[in-house]
Amino acid sequence: MALKITLITGRTINQGVSIENKTGQDYLKATACCELNSKNIGILGREPGSNVRVKTDYGEVVVTLKENEGNPDSIGFIPMGPWANAVVDPDTRGCGMPGFKGIPADVEVTDDKVLLMKELIAGYK
Amino acid sequence: MELLIKNAAVYDPVNGIKGDRTDVSIKDGKIVDKVSSGCTGIDAGGRLVMAGGVDAHSHIAGSKVNVGRLMRPEDSRAGIKPRTKTTRPCTGYTVPNVYAMGYRYANMGYTTVFEAAQAIMKARHTHEELEEIPIIDKGALTLFGSNWPTMDFVRENDMDKLAAYVSWGLLASRGFGIKVVNPGGGEMWGFGKNVTGLDDVVPEFEVTPSQIITSLMKVNEMLGLPHSVHLHCNNLGKPGNYTTTLESMKLAKQVKAGKDRQVMHVTHLTFNAWGGTNWGDFESRADEIAKYLNNNDNVTTDMGQLIFGNATTMTADGPVQYANAKLLHAKWGNGDVELEDSSGVVPITYVKQISIHAIMWAIGLELALLTDDPYKVLLTTDHPNGGPFVNYPEVIALLMSNRKRQEEIATLHKAVHSQTKIPGIDRELDFNDIAIMTRAGTSKVLGLLEHGKGHLGIGADADISIYDIKPDEIDPSAEHSKIKSAFSSAAYTIKGGEIVARDGEITATPAGRTFWVDAKVPQSHTDEMMKDIRAKFKNYYSINLANYMVQDAYVTHQNVIKAGVGTAASEVD
Amino acid sequence: MTVITDALCPFCGCLCDDISVVVEDNKIVDVKNACKIGASKIRGHHRIKSPMIRDDKNSDFKEVSYDEAIDKAAQILAGSKRALLYGWASALCEAHKKGILLAEELGAVIDNTATVCHAPSALAIHEKGVPTATLGQIKNRADVVIFWGCNPVHSHPRHMGRYSVFPRGFFSGKGRRGRKIIVVDVRKTNTAGIADEYVEIQQGSDYLIISALRAILSGHEDVVPESVGGVARKDLLRIAAILKEAKFGTLFFGMGLTQSKSRYKNIDNAISLVTELNSFNKFIMMPMRGHYNVTGFGQVCTWETGFATAVDFSSGAPYYNPGETAANDLLYRKEVDAAMIIAGDAGAHFPANSVRELAKIPVVQVDPYWNPTTEVANVVIPSAISGVELEGTAYRMDGVSLRMRKMIEPEHLADEEILDRLIARVREIRGE
Repeated sequence: MALKITLITGRTINQGVSIENKTGQDYLKATACCELNSKNIGILGREPGSNVRVKTDYGEVVVTLKENEGNPDSIGFIPMGPWANAVVDPDTRGCGMPGFKGIPADVEVTDDKVLLMKELIAGYK
Repeated sequence: MELLIKNAAVYDPVNGIKGDRTDVSIKDGKIVDKVSSGCTGIDAGGRLVMAGGVDAHSHIAGSKVNVGRLMRPEDSRAGIKPRTKTTRPCTGYTVPNVYAMGYRYANMGYTTVFEAAQAIMKARHTHEELEEIPIIDKGALTLFGSNWPTMDFVRENDMDKLAAYVSWGLLASRGFGIKVVNPGGGEMWGFGKNVTGLDDVVPEFEVTPSQIITSLMKVNEMLGLPHSVHLHCNNLGKPGNYTTTLESMKLAKQVKAGKDRQVMHVTHLTFNAWGGTNWGDFESRADEIAKYLNNNDNVTTDMGQLIFGNATTMTADGPVQYANAKLLHAKWGNGDVELEDSSGVVPITYVKQISIHAIMWAIGLELALLTDDPYKVLLTTDHPNGGPFVNYPEVIALLMSNRKRQEEIATLHKAVHSQTKIPGIDRELDFNDIAIMTRAGTSKVLGLLEHGKGHLGIGADADISIYDIKPDEIDPSAEHSKIKSAFSSAAYTIKGGEIVARDGEITATPAGRTFWVDAKVPQSHTDEMMKDIRAKFKNYYSINLANYMVQDAYVTHQNVIKAGVGTAASEVD
Repeated sequence: MTVITDALCPFCGCLCDDISVVVEDNKIVDVKNACKIGASKIRGHHRIKSPMIRDDKNSDFKEVSYDEAIDKAAQILAGSKRALLYGWASALCEAHKKGILLAEELGAVIDNTATVCHAPSALAIHEKGVPTATLGQIKNRADVVIFWGCNPVHSHPRHMGRYSVFPRGFFSGKGRRGRKIIVVDVRKTNTAGIADEYVEIQQGSDYLIISALRAILSGHEDVVPESVGGVARKDLLRIAAILKEAKFGTLFFGMGLTQSKSRYKNIDNAISLVTELNSFNKFIMMPMRGHYNVTGFGQVCTWETGFATAVDFSSGAPYYNPGETAANDLLYRKEVDAAMIIAGDAGAHFPANSVRELAKIPVVQVDPYWNPTTEVANVVIPSAISGVELEGTAYRMDGVSLRMRKMIEPEHLADEEILDRLIARVREIRGE
């Protein structure tokens, strides 16, 4: 069952710490995740640390579930980076800035693995 | 390298030359008495030759200029010119990009320009831009009028420490002189307040604008700085402010000049020779200012002439800019600098049929025409506050032609008749007067005559402009449009002996030099003063002292003028 | 062993200038005063060792000399009709100047990382101006500080300690106790956790909330409904009262405003709010700039071209119209035929659609690190790390320029030198 969320993307401290080391595991761990509150995670019926597929009109991506009680219901947060950008809205609405926040998305459980950075980008070539 | 300008109709007021047909010899970037017979020559053919123009007050570089550009893409779009083999692309009218600044001044025959205000903390930015302005020599005046150390030392009446601070602040900012803007008001604008007169007390610092101005004039002379205190008066932009301006001017009597120049330069009088009590009875009181100037020798001024059309106002006078933005419903830039000053940027369009603007247009001209001695009123537009500097030729034509003024007056709001004296003034300035207001006088006021600017004497910098005007054939009064067009694009502009512009085209883009003043004070004074400065950095500044001062990397072509305690007296003797 | 003090941190827009580093054998062995992110950047990571090239983006790179890589890069750029030169936020102003010159030479479009950060703020500034101040004004005076759509605990870890929340200053001797901190966000961030007032709003309703506050402040609270964007009217009234009673207020804003629905119009409205608040008190605002020198590129580009970024030189003169000339718009429309990505990572930080487009065209990368842009590059030119291995100019988020110190000797070429050589080679190839 898919959970309907509004997706936002943005900075986190660990994303910053590992930003110059994007081939590393730390970066993967810091950015290839989707933060939801425990209630939303409960609806999905999975534990934090398991994988979910996030789908939007612009793409889909597999990331790890992470709990963040600061998120209100139905707000999902993926740290900025290649995984988040797999599903954001590329249209700038004529002002230069793509839609990195406020994207309607479906989250569903999956057993697919999280792609490594190289694998993810390879899909664009 | 040698160059000979033959058959020049030279106007060189400093050397008493008024249109005499003569040759000008140039060698290695300087004026010399003669050159070898076979050297390259320019036949001026009896055309007007002057020293390169010197601008003593223009906002050409730094934080607020760039805020102006950022706020005003519509302005950048106004002056677009693609790159050429010689030149980088140009943009902007009121806030040109760095390249256009240099090229446009050079095309008008100007070769030296002083940026009118930089906060020490943002001086690195000013110099980054100055470094990229091609061709012209330049310098920047440093803001001291609302700085916390200034106010502390004024309160303590410790002129040694204040002199040490000014000396250190000039070094820190690679600045040329002391700029004072709405003294005390810059601090108060930190909480959205302002001073209302020379005797208001600045809260927490317990000093008055009057004390700040007087103290800075004293240390300016103690240090023997080339330029005097350069003052933007309190109450600028308020009807009736001419009284504050006159009171400020009178403060100059308390200080004796250490050099052959004024002790106070009051800038852009178009904005502070205002009579009346409100916008309804607003009137020009340039006549009162001119009367004062005619009876006193220790104060100089500049016009800040208003130019109809678009302008960008920018000043360290933060409160006046907020008031402007509110009054005009215009976009508002504000840029206060911790412990130092405030600033603001607001676009404006001056309109002929708006009474206030028509009256302001008259003020600059009245001041110049009612003041007997042109050395006391320099030609500026307070670029880009009164209008962009590219309009100097318009101002020259207005000063030289009553006919042009009357033609203009006929198109203006009728208030120009009732609220100003300009319609009845028939004085017409001559080329010698113009050479003073744009060369000899600006250079003298800045203290640069002895450093080779503003004249064509032996040893002076070979900065020369040749205009397509034959002084003995033209009637400037009748042929004012020829005057304007000739001054707009010099037939030749020579900078440091090199031809940089010809008939409106840039031919070479050498890097200009940056003037700054290294003023020495006794080390013990600096040591005492630095105790206070270190405390300011420890407690209040948001950067470390070690990262504050402008490094050599930002003044790659510097011209350092030495000054300091004791030097003034010896030079005067 | 040498200790370098008063060093500047080359990570975020705070540009902290109180860092000490200990250097032994040209290696940084200790970093003091920096935050976790800054220390990580200064200590360093795996580097791209050698220049590399490849024709087929699916094949492996071949290691080559700098000369060969620069020649190949110049061939690509000189042969392009509409090149994009993008990145610049982690480069020094001295490199920005060369970059703009290269863009002129090529007739290219130059854009920087602000395009996915605060470029919408520039659009708003064009419309309304920019009431701001240096960070020390806030430290010394602010008694009300709003963080709107930004999360400095994560993105600018020392901001609150040095400038905005905790420091004591001349008029702010009580430090944190003398300041009211308001956080407006769509989720309760760690920054919200330290706020006196946390205002949680519905995602995308920033514009409405700002409008409601403006209505209240202008005496029209009667038009404000019971709830706006998920915020109760009574809460808005309370917040408006706090803003009105401030002596010196500051609005810091981040991507929550620039990237949400309404984009630059959110900032436009916020500028109006701040301007209007000056009728009551002193109020200023400041964008929380991300990279340490993203502000610097905007400054240099503005004084050189008249425009802050997204400048198109195809006509020989600067042309600026984000939405048309910004990087992601160009890529969306598939206009770009070659790209140089320098000191920024489009591969990681652009939408997938833009990265797909980059993968189709020749790409030159200039960067110290292997990152997603490397994955789509044909030529990779490793560079020295500005602010660690090179000195030069950077602008703090408040527009104060500072000189970055060199901590250790570089083993790779500086951006500036790479660009100099590229410009020279492009001129040769184009026969100029």
